[in-house]
Amino acid sequence: MTPLEEVTAALRATLGADRVVTDRQELRTYECDGLAHHRVVPGLVVLPRDARECALTVRACARAGVPFVARGSGTGLSGGALPHAEGVLVVTSKMRDIVELAPRDERAVVEPGVINLHVTKAAAAHGYYYAPDPSSQQICSIGGNVAENSGGAHCLKYGFTANHVLGAQIVTPDGDLVELGGRAPDTPGYDLLGAFVGSEGTLGIATRVTVRLTRLPESVRTLLAAFPTTDEAGAATSAIIAAGVVPAAIEMMDALAIEAAEAAVACGYPRGAGAVLIVELDGPAAEVAAQFAQVTAMCEENGAFELRIAGDEAERALFWKGRKSAFAAVGRISPDYIVQDGVIPRTALPEVLRRIGEVSRAHGVRVANVFHAGDGNLHPLVLFDAATDGETDRAETVSGAIIDLCIEYGGSITGEHGVGTDKAKYMPRMFTGDDLETMHLLRCAFDPAGLANPGKVFPTPRLCGEVPRRHAATDPPAAAEIF
Amino acid sequence: MRRRTAGSDDHVAGVPARYVAAPASTGEAAEVLGAAAADELAVVIRGGGTKLEWGLPPRRLDLIVDTHRLTGVVEHAAGDLITVVRAGTALAALDFGPQRLALESPLPGATVGGALAANTSGPRRLLHGTARDLVIGMTVVRPDGTVTRSGGKVVKNVAGYDLGKLFTGAYGTLGLITECAFRLHPVAPAGAVVLREADGPEVGPLLAAIRAEQVVPSAVELDRPGPGPATIAVLLEGTAEGVRERAARLEKVLGGTTGDLPPWWGAYPWAPGGTGVKLTAALSRVPELLAAAPEVPVRGSAGAGVLYAAPTGDVPRTVELLRAAAVRAGGHAVVLTAPPEVRDAVDMWGPVPGLDLMRRVKDRFDPGHRFAPGRFVGGI
Ligand SMILES: Cc1cc2nc3c(=O)[nH]c(=O)nc-3n(C[C@H](O)[C@H](O)[C@H](O)COP(=O)(O)OP(=O)(O)OC[C@H]3O[C@@H](n4cnc5c(N)ncnc54)[C@H](O)[C@@H]3O)c2cc1C
Repeated sequence: MTPLEEVTAALRATLGADRVVTDRQELRTYECDGLAHHRVVPGLVVLPRDARECALTVRACARAGVPFVARGSGTGLSGGALPHAEGVLVVTSKMRDIVELAPRDERAVVEPGVINLHVTKAAAAHGYYYAPDPSSQQICSIGGNVAENSGGAHCLKYGFTANHVLGAQIVTPDGDLVELGGRAPDTPGYDLLGAFVGSEGTLGIATRVTVRLTRLPESVRTLLAAFPTTDEAGAATSAIIAAGVVPAAIEMMDALAIEAAEAAVACGYPRGAGAVLIVELDGPAAEVAAQFAQVTAMCEENGAFELRIAGDEAERALFWKGRKSAFAAVGRISPDYIVQDGVIPRTALPEVLRRIGEVSRAHGVRVANVFHAGDGNLHPLVLFDAATDGETDRAETVSGAIIDLCIEYGGSITGEHGVGTDKAKYMPRMFTGDDLETMHLLRCAFDPAGLANPGKVFPTPRLCGEVPRRHAATDPPAAAEIF
Repeated sequence: MRRRTAGSDDHVAGVPARYVAAPASTGEAAEVLGAAAADELAVVIRGGGTKLEWGLPPRRLDLIVDTHRLTGVVEHAAGDLITVVRAGTALAALDFGPQRLALESPLPGATVGGALAANTSGPRRLLHGTARDLVIGMTVVRPDGTVTRSGGKVVKNVAGYDLGKLFTGAYGTLGLITECAFRLHPVAPAGAVVLREADGPEVGPLLAAIRAEQVVPSAVELDRPGPGPATIAVLLEGTAEGVRERAARLEKVLGGTTGDLPPWWGAYPWAPGGTGVKLTAALSRVPELLAAAPEVPVRGSAGAGVLYAAPTGDVPRTVELLRAAAVRAGGHAVVLTAPPEVRDAVDMWGPVPGLDLMRRVKDRFDPGHRFAPGRFVGGI
């Protein structure tokens, strides 16, 4: 028996045949996540019903030395949930219970497969919601959010998943269940929870997550402002931040992104706009009213030629519809596209957009820009037609050049989609060998055998080695040389 | 770089050091720690020295690395709301004009590095979070002298492991923090404080009422100086119009009055040399912490589920009571600091989940167990 066959037999026996998928056709449905051009059919898929079954699965893998990959809803955009051909894909889609809703403690405890938006829906009746709101929130899982440290349009004001996860029960790569953090803040000891969030499934599997619930704001006001070019929209953004206003969201789209959104969802943005900003303020009504006037004035002063203020929830939804559907929408104007995710210091926005324009023209590849303008998180959409000779390569060149720009301007190779399979190769451009080695020390503490989601995040496979023998506390050295 | 043999003041919780080094840059720090590694020296980092009496004494100590020359603001990018600061800089010395680093130290003289290593926090943690929520990048020299960086200078960034969170609250057991990047927050143009005196049974409903009201406080603090009523103080910040309206509303809901920041604001309730305990609980169960030892002075960020207690008298017995209450309430009781006789008689850290994983982390980062050995949880 191969190690994988051993695991399969063991899990059939302990969990039951219905938890285990071996049918080739069915396995194929799990071959990729949202980054569909990377495909690997998993060796085995397991669908645990609870933490215990999850732990048994991982333990079986550990015993046989078989790699395992966690998967939530498979919406990841960096190939983080790309399966291993000789490994087990542990899918959390049967772990979807909201275990506890405790609005009095402003907490909810959920299983990892719970859909992001479902937490908000459950909490809304109590006047609360779950703040991190990735555009994929109708389908992505909390476990996936934890692994990616996902953000959303509103993280400018409210922070990312890391700021909203208070505790997690995890299965370590040995198959042990361990509690990190908890319902109360500041758990003593190392902040392993903080290190786990954003670790992309390489430190274990989250089996239960305690999240913070946030009070629904009393007032929300949304503004759509149209500008002649992205320069004016960028200047307006800078003015808002410089005035000390922290909107819940500031989102920008350029002409090409607007064109795509119009084609896809007819969002009816102002005609002739070279850029639009969606600015949303939320909070106490009196506070929002005062700041909204400020923001409107700053958009006008910086060249907005049309301002629309959402009069009701339906109008607000329409403003957001164009933005939230932007990724899929470019499918209407281009047969293929790459969704890039990079970060620059926000103040460098106009300059970097100009440089992206230059790269795009030089290679004859169109780039549509959608971004979280408030925090400098760019989502350039690189358009191409794979059927045309050489276009795929050119698009990849442009996409890579954009990442180089992010690094050149002191930003990051990823703001929210993660490193995964896709960006591991860029890690050495952002971090030194020593930086990566240090991150790897953490990985080795959790997973010395390297079985948890191998091949992700780190550019080259590394072995952990033994923990060096500890020196017994000897007598202090006679003379410390440099002192 | 300055280095010298230790003087009579160079001890950590009573354990004398043999040498002191004061590097002035990350490079110099790497040189010192590399040499210390070669000689297998036991090392404790010293910032402002305000928390050297915290935790347990080191099992052994050869070298104190002092950060007082590792100071200054490297960068303040106002338009990007970020700063990069050297770890030995005093928190109180930071001035970003219309912006602020929302990391407030209860102890005057504390450095950035020390506040991070001990994970201290102040009243504004309710709105802006704690160190872990503010740090966006960190440069650390590992115990073997390797310089390593994680995160970056942009607020949004998920490239690689977020090691800044691991070093925050690690009590200097994993390496020397030399430089940090933080996100900043704008200073609000206006503020108001709403005060309300409350008897024990009133505290829970009042805290719940503040949470239910749409006033988004920056801080909800509480002080109970001893037996008798407590004072709840709520800080509201924002635009002048907004703050006026919110304060009026809160006054009405609480039956409180608008006043000044009370003198106890943001300070620990214990005197130097006394026992200080940090208590945490699920938000709705904070009143149980107050009820557990009604005679003990208690103060802190009640709105965030964090209180500090200053037990006197039979301290070990009181710690037991407080710890039992905190654990029942979903939290922890950690004795942050205590005189030697109390330190010997109590379990300073209490139960810590995930200790085995923590030991494995320590083994990887500091295989010789030379950095602040024994100061941290589980003898780490
Ligand atoms: C249209 C669209 C819009 C998007 N918009 C955003 C956005 O605005 N912001 C944003 O941040 N992201 C966005 N994403 C990316 C994606 O939705 C997020 O990364 C999301 O968190 C992934 O969740 P998932 O459940 O689909 O995880 P998966 O794709 O299944 O997995 C993602 C990673 O998490 C790991 N993982 C999954 N579950 C667990 C677990 N229980 N324990 C440990 N590791 C686990 C996997 O191994 C993998 O590495 C978008 C994606 C799409 C398709």
